[in-house]
Amino acid sequence: MIRRTHPALSAWAWLVYAFLYLPIIVLVVFSFNDSRFGATWAGFTTKWYGVLFARADVREALVHTLEIALISTLVSTVLGTLVGLGLWRYTLRFRTALTGLLVLPIVVPDVVMGVSLLMFYSFVRQGLERAGWSFDNGFWTVLLAHVTFQISYVALTVRSRLAGYGPELEEAARDLGASGWESFRRIILPLAMPGVLAGALLAFTLSLDDFVVTYFTSGSGFSTLPVLIYTNVKRGVTPDINALSALLVLVTVVAIVAANALLRPRRGA
Amino acid sequence: MLTLRRFFATLGPGVLWLAVFLIVPALVMLGYSFLTRTDLAQVGGPWTLESWGRVFGYDALFQEWTGDNVRVLWRSVWVATLSTALCVLMGYPLAFYIARQDARRKNLLLLLLIIPFWTNFLIRVYAWILILRPFDLVPSLTATLLGMVYAFVPFFVLPVYSSVEKIDWRLLEAAEDLGAPPVRAFLSAVFPQTLPGLVAGILLTFIPALGTFVVSDILGGAKTALVGNLIQNQFGQAGDWPYGSALSFLLMGAVLLGLWAYARVAGQKGLEELV
Repeated sequence: MIRRTHPALSAWAWLVYAFLYLPIIVLVVFSFNDSRFGATWAGFTTKWYGVLFARADVREALVHTLEIALISTLVSTVLGTLVGLGLWRYTLRFRTALTGLLVLPIVVPDVVMGVSLLMFYSFVRQGLERAGWSFDNGFWTVLLAHVTFQISYVALTVRSRLAGYGPELEEAARDLGASGWESFRRIILPLAMPGVLAGALLAFTLSLDDFVVTYFTSGSGFSTLPVLIYTNVKRGVTPDINALSALLVLVTVVAIVAANALLRPRRGA
Repeated sequence: MLTLRRFFATLGPGVLWLAVFLIVPALVMLGYSFLTRTDLAQVGGPWTLESWGRVFGYDALFQEWTGDNVRVLWRSVWVATLSTALCVLMGYPLAFYIARQDARRKNLLLLLLIIPFWTNFLIRVYAWILILRPFDLVPSLTATLLGMVYAFVPFFVLPVYSSVEKIDWRLLEAAEDLGAPPVRAFLSAVFPQTLPGLVAGILLTFIPALGTFVVSDILGGAKTALVGNLIQNQFGQAGDWPYGSALSFLLMGAVLLGLWAYARVAGQKGLEELV
């Protein structure tokens, strides 16, 4: 529906867009600024990118970030897809409670989720120590935490993808002689696939982006890029962190444009 | 029909996972809030209401009421409300602007909105240091507010946009035909249709604004601490887990209460559409 847009409305919209992009542009510009203290322009340089790539802690954090994001996305996509399918497939007595459980990780402030997991891990550790076992917070505690907040997003994306289809779809497949597994693999899963992929993409980005939950569950010896950026920012702004941020912005833009091209509906819009 | 076998083949693993890593930690947190700090980041008995007293401003050590924590809670609510109001002011017209473009431009504008939304939260907040530092605005409450509005405005625009998309514009034409002046026509024929998106957008802005510690930590400084900072501090320097637990539970309770109220009004479908 196209109606007249008032010039004031257009002007307002462009102001909001300018507001949204100003910091991102400033960040990218300053990552090329040849000055140790970024407020004034001292000429163009790419040296901060060199400084960045020479940092071992940055390389290590990058590897951790990707490992956590890939594995947690894999696990949460399987679990979340199954939950989404179950929500769609069955009439459930506790549907409201289940919806509540799924909505919880999305709406509860991440600081609450982070500290409750921190205490949970400490509680479990105390129990295990009595049995002579022990573990440190790090890769595994972060991985388990990430899967926890990702499951809901995948489940709800898959469920809403299937929302338009009724159970008769599967009945028809069964009538035509398909086994339960066959109808799942050949009918249901292909239909759910766009939802599964979108859910996985969302889960992956959430993992890459997460700072708060990782911060509380990672312990002292393990960091991901967001945690590394945080500790660096707390120590004072440095130009190589501008360069790192600019690179992450670039990765985001490329990923979103690619996802948009992939998920674009075939006919029209 | 959902048999036990089918339950474990579909919903089971995910539900069990959430029970172990979401519900049990919440219960552990509730338990810790009734204990006391023994040593740095250590908790022990006996069971006490001390932390809950502190949350509401009662100091057990000096046996008196102090306003400090309550002031932080009040400031958090106030800052979240103000930043949400600014998001409404900025985002509501924007949603209309986007919805009224042709399909191609609409997609482009949505994409431009989603790019900052999906860009790392920390980086977006951090970038404001670069802009505000020359004006001597970091740290300050103004900077915190600005950072919050900036970080949360896409959360607001997207649900409002999906409401605006569904508007039946014939109602507006009918109102105009019946002689309603533009403002009146808008308020009675358009505005009510955007209410579901508006409420969802306000919730999606207010909740993270109430709970964040990152924005106020990076842009606000110690004098403008919010409840999120207070919680973070209990698990960092202060090392007082019981008090931090009680604060977290209060924050979670406030959010759940708001959602429960929303679910009562919008129904389960509304709750599912929120996310």
